[in-house]
Amino acid sequence: MAKKNISGNEAVANALRQINPDVMAAFPITPSTEIPQYFSKFVSDGKVTTEFIPVESEHSSMSATIGAEAAGARAVTATSSCGLAYMWEPLTLAASNRLPCALMLVCRALSGPININCDHSDAMAARDTGWIQIFSENNQEAYDNAVMAFRISEHKDVRLPIMICQDGFITSHAVGVMEMLSDQEVKDFVGEYEPEHYLLNENEPMALGPYAISPYYMEARRAQEQAMENAKQVILDVSREFAEMSGRSYGLFEEYALEDADAAIVLIGSAAGTAKDAVDEMREKGLKVGLLKIRVFRPFPADEIAKALKNVKVIGLMDRSESFSTQGGPLISEVSAALFKNRVQAQAVNYMYGLGGRDITVEMFEEIFEELLAVSEGKDPIVKESGRAYRYIGLRE
Amino acid sequence: MKKEESSINSLGEDCKWTDLTEGLQIHEAATSRFFNTGEWTAIKPVFLADKCKQCLLCVPCCPDSAIPVEDYKRQEFDYDHCKGCGICVKACPFGAITMEGVKK
Repeated sequence: MAKKNISGNEAVANALRQINPDVMAAFPITPSTEIPQYFSKFVSDGKVTTEFIPVESEHSSMSATIGAEAAGARAVTATSSCGLAYMWEPLTLAASNRLPCALMLVCRALSGPININCDHSDAMAARDTGWIQIFSENNQEAYDNAVMAFRISEHKDVRLPIMICQDGFITSHAVGVMEMLSDQEVKDFVGEYEPEHYLLNENEPMALGPYAISPYYMEARRAQEQAMENAKQVILDVSREFAEMSGRSYGLFEEYALEDADAAIVLIGSAAGTAKDAVDEMREKGLKVGLLKIRVFRPFPADEIAKALKNVKVIGLMDRSESFSTQGGPLISEVSAALFKNRVQAQAVNYMYGLGGRDITVEMFEEIFEELLAVSEGKDPIVKESGRAYRYIGLRE
Repeated sequence: MKKEESSINSLGEDCKWTDLTEGLQIHEAATSRFFNTGEWTAIKPVFLADKCKQCLLCVPCCPDSAIPVEDYKRQEFDYDHCKGCGICVKACPFGAITMEGVKK
């Protein structure tokens, strides 16, 4: 295993080089552009045998990826922000037609105001399209998740498209040390793609994407939902196998100093690294704080998260995507629903942070933990004084 | 048209969600033959054999391949698949097809 000093985009591009997919169709958009850029160089240099399709838009890149996957190829694309939004219609088709292609998403704020920096509004807007969504904290996780992607998506119990997400610029462009598996290790781990049914099979003509009238649509959706339920166990199994090879373990989420925590925060993505520093510093002072970092957002591990948080007194739910419900974003509402369903009585405070690439620092996390601990002790400065248990972090006011 | 055996015959409206194929894919060719789209229409064309010159202009005009041909001669309409669009009536130079046959 070789140590490399590379960015998250270069790490993902190298994972794709090692996977050597049959087709990559992509259109450039910041901050994901580097992935097809690095990859097209691998194509030109003969490092891969992939058919690279430069298309005229993201609607086309997703459509070409779907077409290739339906034909029987292992296909991949990459995008960010408005690019993902432009893919929205074909995204749902990839899922409903059970085409296990992959999308390397580099999370960036949706317009407007137009902004090229990180938040999760692009990924979260696509959360109901039927794609598996796995988030990464750093370049290592982005690479590891990319290596695992096709093993999960192509599994016979799943057969759903998969989105591997990392944070724009924060991990996609920041250079950091990570460990890269050997080409042979990845090749052996990922294996060959051998679909049972595919359009270019001359021995079996087939129809894809037929019209389903109302006596069929609900049954079709239920079957698709079952595939997503199955994905949870497959993700755990593939992750376990990956850990045996790489020594790096992944679950549906990561628990950090959570076991005896009075106050904990729940979030997704690169901010977890900063939050861990704050947890470490506060733990040194004897304060019982912890972190739950969600890795898998679709399928959503609701019961597992609720179980992990059952002994926490106050939970800070942190979203990096505004959904204008006036209660917070998707992470907040889904974790809240999970806690309610599992009768977890913890108090929750909702936070919005990091929109459009706004920094969040260790000091900010420490302030959040201090607020949460005050709430846990019945001192309730946030709710009592403002009457508002939903706050923007780092907002000028 | 006689009902042949097809994998989609098991996917009637009483089938369970667990019976469906993955993504509703159909792993068989020409299954549209088993879907009687002729049920959709309330009107149908009537073939007047005595006026027909067998020019066959109506045949390629039919969007549903509902005009069978045998020995270079058109046959009676395939009402299982005719949707009653009436294009054949317009295509016939000899007035050998009418839409007089209104059901009920």
